[in-house]
Amino acid sequence: MHRYANPTRFLRIANAILPWSTGVMVIAFAVGLSYALVFSPPDYQQSETVRIMYVHVPSAWMGLFVYTAMAIASGVALIWRHPVADLSARCSAPVGAAFTFICLVTGALWGKPMWGTWWVWDARLTSMLILLFLYLGYMALANAFDDRQRGAKAAAVLALVGWVNIPIIKFSVDWWNTLHQPASVNPVGESGIAIDGAMLIPLFAMAIAFKAYYVTTLLMGIRREIAAAKVRSLRLVDVQG
Amino acid sequence: MTRKKQRLYFIGLGMLALGGATALVLTAIGDNLLYFYSPTDLTEREVAPGQRFRLGGLVEEGSVDKDGETIRFVVTDMVHTVPVTYTGILPDLFREGQGVVTEGQLDMNGLFTAASVLAKHDENYMPPEVADALKKSGHWEEGVAGAEAAAKAPGNAEPSSH
Repeated sequence: MHRYANPTRFLRIANAILPWSTGVMVIAFAVGLSYALVFSPPDYQQSETVRIMYVHVPSAWMGLFVYTAMAIASGVALIWRHPVADLSARCSAPVGAAFTFICLVTGALWGKPMWGTWWVWDARLTSMLILLFLYLGYMALANAFDDRQRGAKAAAVLALVGWVNIPIIKFSVDWWNTLHQPASVNPVGESGIAIDGAMLIPLFAMAIAFKAYYVTTLLMGIRREIAAAKVRSLRLVDVQG
Repeated sequence: MTRKKQRLYFIGLGMLALGGATALVLTAIGDNLLYFYSPTDLTEREVAPGQRFRLGGLVEEGSVDKDGETIRFVVTDMVHTVPVTYTGILPDLFREGQGVVTEGQLDMNGLFTAASVLAKHDENYMPPEVADALKKSGHWEEGVAGAEAAAKAPGNAEPSSH
């Protein structure tokens, strides 16, 4: 693991991955959006409103996925004092927050015509809102101290503690009565996949596109942070010298 | 033991303790997180007439009776039923056999007066042609509506069937 703690080696790997992740992102977005908006069929009950799902569900997956990645990176940063892990947690938070926000907004836009309301305080919607607050809290805490290390430590602890919310979000629809429907894509559960094949293409393509977007922005973000750290230390040398 | 190992065990134990505490808290407050009660839940707990709560279940087939703005229907979880009356605009997805969540209160005679009606969508997504084909081939009930009614009928699933 410490092979990758070296920023120079990390940069070499990141620069090699970046063109590929960008390429996957562009192709997956092209396929996903064209199927989501044009080529996929309408739903038998929701008709065209179903298309919101192709943004909403992958965004929700991103919210959970990015938070889990952030929590793991925070744990690695706390335990092994791994500098790149801290940077990747820091760079993940805004991406996760943005997708969680998109998930909440698209959900509201879908809920109004389908359920008849923008918002209800059921277990799924409420736990997802808490996830957004966890992201925002993480970002605020990470930048709240003049000493970066202290901010990183406090924020990493918050990321780890907040992770308990992730299984709550995932299983809220199974554990309690909620207005939100249970998961449609549940390969291990008894319900299996309750989405028609023609609708799975845009759903998975969009999910891949979002994940590739995350990898791309994450690598670019870490690259930027490493450059910023270099500038800081150069300035420090300047001042002291 | 190295410092790294120490930190690893400390964080691992911390996460375990946190997970355990969360599980205990969730079990303790369990019922308060229910967004709605099913008709079966109502038979098991005392709900005073006039007390506001949410009732959820499926709209019973053939029970919808529209009279101008006022609509009467029956909410069922396939075990117990509750008659509901509502005046106002219904969501697009409202139909017989569809899940609903209504908020309101019971009167002395057990009639539920709803102040709002929300449609509950299920997890099934398919094009209209597939839905038609399923209906035509006779697999509709067991494939979609039946499974939903039997397994997902709110309140039904937890105590009995599993």
